[in-house]
Amino acid sequence: MGDSRDPMKFRRSAGDNILVPGTDIELPLGLDLSRRDVLKIAGYGSVAAFLAACGGPTTTTSGSVTAKGGNTSLGSYLSDAVPKKGMQDVIDAFTSANGGTKVKVNTVDHGTFQNQINSYLQGTPEDVFTWFSGHRMRFFADKGLAAPIDDVWNDVKSNFTEGFAGSVKGNDNHVYAIPTSYYPWAIFYRKDVFKAHSYNIPTNWDDFKKLADQMKKDGLTPIAFADKDGWPAMGTFDILNLRLNGYDFHTELCVGKQKWTDTRVANVFKKWSELTPYYSPAFAGLTWQEAAQQLLHKKAGMYLLGLFVSEQFVASGNPDDLAQLDFFPFPDVGSSYDAEKALDAPIDVFMMAKHSPTLSADSGQAKALLEFMSKGSTQITYWKASPGAIPTANDADQSQYPALTKKAAQIVSSAKKITQFFDRDSRPDFSGPNSMQGFLLSYLADPKQDTSSLQGHMQNFWDSLSPE
Amino acid sequence: MTSSTPGREDSPRAGDLVGSRQGRYHVLTRYDRRILILMVGVPLLLDVALIWWPTLSSVVLSFTNWDGVGPVTAQNFVGFKNYQFMFTGYTLFWPAFLHNVIWLAWLAFIATPLGMFFAVLLDRDLRGSRLYQSVFFLPVVLSLVIVGFIWELQFSPTEGFINNALGLVKSGNIIDWLGNPRINLFAILVAASWRHVGYIMVIYLAGLKSVDPTLREAAKVDGANEIQTFFRVIFPVMAPINVVIAVITAIEALRAFDIAFIINQGKNGLELLSILITNNSISEASLVGFGSAIAVVLLLISLGPIIVFLSRVMRTQS
Repeated sequence: MGDSRDPMKFRRSAGDNILVPGTDIELPLGLDLSRRDVLKIAGYGSVAAFLAACGGPTTTTSGSVTAKGGNTSLGSYLSDAVPKKGMQDVIDAFTSANGGTKVKVNTVDHGTFQNQINSYLQGTPEDVFTWFSGHRMRFFADKGLAAPIDDVWNDVKSNFTEGFAGSVKGNDNHVYAIPTSYYPWAIFYRKDVFKAHSYNIPTNWDDFKKLADQMKKDGLTPIAFADKDGWPAMGTFDILNLRLNGYDFHTELCVGKQKWTDTRVANVFKKWSELTPYYSPAFAGLTWQEAAQQLLHKKAGMYLLGLFVSEQFVASGNPDDLAQLDFFPFPDVGSSYDAEKALDAPIDVFMMAKHSPTLSADSGQAKALLEFMSKGSTQITYWKASPGAIPTANDADQSQYPALTKKAAQIVSSAKKITQFFDRDSRPDFSGPNSMQGFLLSYLADPKQDTSSLQGHMQNFWDSLSPE
Repeated sequence: MTSSTPGREDSPRAGDLVGSRQGRYHVLTRYDRRILILMVGVPLLLDVALIWWPTLSSVVLSFTNWDGVGPVTAQNFVGFKNYQFMFTGYTLFWPAFLHNVIWLAWLAFIATPLGMFFAVLLDRDLRGSRLYQSVFFLPVVLSLVIVGFIWELQFSPTEGFINNALGLVKSGNIIDWLGNPRINLFAILVAASWRHVGYIMVIYLAGLKSVDPTLREAAKVDGANEIQTFFRVIFPVMAPINVVIAVITAIEALRAFDIAFIINQGKNGLELLSILITNNSISEASLVGFGSAIAVVLLLISLGPIIVFLSRVMRTQS
């Protein structure tokens, strides 16, 4: 099958700088960017992205690359039932909109897919694969395992705000991914539980702890927490480090420009130890799904997690559970960085594998699939089946969003600084089970400990890694 | 064998001595030698390609910082840096080593003797002995991954069977079988033993069945009681089986991986050498060089039981 795409280019002329509405953040565009700058833009820029996403439906038409027949393939980590169904709906829609182009979907268990990504991308990967933005995307782009897709991006970029544009650029300034969804991390709770006990939303650290104490008295687990999977604890580390030490320190720490032995890291652990007494018992043996069940079944009062916690509320089968789910932003900790309102809002993306054996034959179809993924209508199809994340496209029909999704878009847009998540902002060889995850678990085994030797180990491990 | 098949100039003729170029005589015909080369060569080739090549590659890679992408170049070689960091800087190496030692001790002093004990009991023709035999053997047919899944469900803190059956979930005194780094290793050792006991039992039972019954009778005539008969007569006679059991136990402890990996990818108290290798070299981290260095250490440790086993086997054969 030859290349049967028929690209219609849409270009939008942009000035050199864009002022993010409602903020005083200026986005430098078209300049020489260092990697730091790109990271920063990913952060700043997201603000713009989400502000625009909140601005009501737009009429922007995205490009219209279509395929007519032929084949392509997709390596997908969307292995849980709910997102997998969403992906299948999208693929079916793609096939019927592209003259019967067949997509062979290879779904691999989410964790396995991530563990094997290196050998997968070097072996015989599918044409298109699901991945994450941030440092984690740039890492594989730098290694030459992802194919640049600047041409597709030029067709569709008018459908994305500049924040997303920054998040999909590699260190070489080429575009490597199509952003398809994002979600914030925040503190989730049940409205009915808060109403029954007349709890108020805490906005500062003291109120937060007072509320937790009160919940304890009322027989609730104040803060659901689960870290058998290893990564959830990173979410708490991120938010505490962001709020106590600021966005700049956090992002620099993630890429090794700051030391783990810094007293500011010790402060994070110290602050964290004020929360651990409120955590679910036996949290190190629980999965995030089990902790979400505690929140769902009104056994726990609050849960700091990503919006995907709603998947468990969808799966409960009772629509009222989802209607009761709400969240509030992490309370102010009393530092000068509270004003940044920084939070983790990871962006999920679709990329093209450079070493796919079928890519040369299928590149037109693969690009058509990527372009299809960038459409608001596609993303809404996926979102309807799996509402744990928010579509990224400007032309996604937001009128259908329930209050929770609208609020999720809102909290991200009101944040002045956005990070992706520790394992997306830092190097993959530092974020694994026998590194960062293990370090945090050994901290959590005894939160009152003097963390200086642990921090020394963390820095040692970082130093042992070969330079990127 | 005397040649009745004509037309084969090199067909083997038993007892013939064939001249070689040096004028010396070989016992083997050219045909024999070809067969020999084929029969030795093919397995050797497979052995070299599938065992020695990867092993030596690991050793070489252990001196590099290769990340698994592209070719290994001279710049990748970092000398003994991986080993130095492993022994002095990597917090997880010694805990993992210790966990493997605990694993070995547990199997050697608890699970293996238990399996042998069951075998001795079942050897006594109890009523329903076959039934017990199948019951104990049942877990052995399951892969360790399945064993891991089964026991994860039993041990899960709030949803699991054990805490619920003991009423600990209701009373709020949850025991964190999988998350408490002080006890989770022992929890999964129970799971591993569940399978290991049956495995040892079957092997030992087969050995016991082959012991000459007259030995027991003779011991009885001499006035030995059951315990004396076992330890003074049967156990020494079973020496070859005992070595096999010991080696199996050691190898099971060294290759321990599956259950810990299923439970939590081998962190938080479940670190094992095999898991450190996997998580460092095969995962997204892709620290192939460092992972290989750990693999080399594990290889050196494994050589111990392998050498014991091989020397034993070869001695028995000669």
